[in-house]
Amino acid sequence: MRSRPLRSRLTDLISTLGEEATALPIGIFILVSVIKSAIILFVLLTAVAYTVWLERKVVGRMQNRWGPTRVGPFGLLQPAADGIKFLFKEDLTPPHVYKPLFLAAPLIAVIFALTSISVIPFGNSIRLFGYDIPLQITDVNIGLLLILGVTSMGVYGVALAGWSSNNKYSLLGGLRASAQMVSYEIALGLSLVGVLIQSSSFSLRAIVDAQGGRFLGFIPRWNIFHGQFIGFFIYLMAAYAETNRIPFDLPEAETELVAGYHTEYSAMKFAMFFMAEYANMVTVACLATLLFFGGWHGPVFGPPLLQAVLPVFWFVAKVFCFLFLYIWVRGTLPRFRYDQLMDFGWKFLLPLAIANLVATAIAVAW
Amino acid sequence: MNFHLILFLAFGAVCVGGAVNLLAQRHPINSALSLIAVMAALAGEYLLLGAEFVAAVQVIVYAGAIMVLFVFVIMLLNAGEEEETKGSRVAILFGVPGMLIASVLMAWVVLRHSGTEAVAIGALPGNPTDLAQLLFHDFLLPFEVTSVLILIAIMGAVVLASKPDSTAGKVE
Repeated sequence: MRSRPLRSRLTDLISTLGEEATALPIGIFILVSVIKSAIILFVLLTAVAYTVWLERKVVGRMQNRWGPTRVGPFGLLQPAADGIKFLFKEDLTPPHVYKPLFLAAPLIAVIFALTSISVIPFGNSIRLFGYDIPLQITDVNIGLLLILGVTSMGVYGVALAGWSSNNKYSLLGGLRASAQMVSYEIALGLSLVGVLIQSSSFSLRAIVDAQGGRFLGFIPRWNIFHGQFIGFFIYLMAAYAETNRIPFDLPEAETELVAGYHTEYSAMKFAMFFMAEYANMVTVACLATLLFFGGWHGPVFGPPLLQAVLPVFWFVAKVFCFLFLYIWVRGTLPRFRYDQLMDFGWKFLLPLAIANLVATAIAVAW
Repeated sequence: MNFHLILFLAFGAVCVGGAVNLLAQRHPINSALSLIAVMAALAGEYLLLGAEFVAAVQVIVYAGAIMVLFVFVIMLLNAGEEEETKGSRVAILFGVPGMLIASVLMAWVVLRHSGTEAVAIGALPGNPTDLAQLLFHDFLLPFEVTSVLILIAIMGAVVLASKPDSTAGKVE
């Protein structure tokens, strides 16, 4: 995976660099990659912080209260205040925990949550100083599989946190989380196969490129209007379950399990689980946008600068809609019962996903 | 030394180290985690060979699904630390050198009887398109027969796991 895109991009760089700069192509490549990673990480972490703010604000309004208002205008500085608070709180490690894994679990959760953003494209390439710089950290031809693999490894953070805390509530939360995530991963994966059949590539950039153009001149050729309507809803529900959000938040059900797998965690370690959950939400929203809603495709007009910015704007706007939907659902729906959760995953979503897959395959083969 | 060789050796070291750690650890959960490290390092080796799809599947299926079930079972049974037995001295005296000799011998035979030149990166079908061509075109029948075999294994597991009393004379 690493070698080919790297090499081809290097040769591209060399050809654009011309004579004098050929000594530093790999240096420039690494520099560009580091800068891109830093910017994307910064944007992602800011998005995570402000998704928390948005959630508190929107759920507050839905429950007829104000949400955060004190820190800054509209409570906009609340995420910064929360961050400082988490940093200065006492970092307790209970005496009965299994220490190595208790410390490693939040790290595992947050690292895998942040890794999956690396293959997500958020726009076409831009031209800077004569180089074409793709708006993506790296474009691999198994991009989607990489995300699925990384998210499937993220289960360990939750499961090990629950186990190593040596606490009944935590253990139950960890067990529920691993059972739930393994169950819904199947429906999630199968719901994506329809999209893969239609675009015949695992590369997220290629999947988005396949969705350009229109039907009948005005309906965009996004996958959701292209026969993947059911696939989209299966994906959405399975993804909510994968990220442990209401109505699938049984691993941390407050009314039954105190706080589930992170009962024993405090201060920054607790905040890391929180960050992982919201980063996963952002990834899920990005994937839904890329796979079903045409990624950065949208009306592009105006002067060159506006034309360069608009695709990224459309992408961000769509992702924002999905994040809002997450919060809306949270403010609306009650939690599942555990047997309902398993029945829903195995007896409803899975057969539906298989039926959708078969129907798409027949339609494409026709 | 080229970069690929360095990476190959690094992943190989993680692989062997994880495997040895798996045996050395006394707590089942540590052993399971070392096995995950072995799986992940193997995926890295596949990537180095240009087999992207196999690497991704290795992570998704083995590290992400099967090992989660291992960890799940260990957590569910609350398996504790194993007692340390001194072990038989004969096993250590003869077993470790014997294993070393056997593996060196095997490596030697394999190196002798296969071509000495390394497989070029990307020489084997590794990307999804090539693999799909092989699985769903050239080897379609064996592939489908294998899937039936796995289905039979699943049904066998269900039959063995279901309690005979609960199904008899009881309406769902």
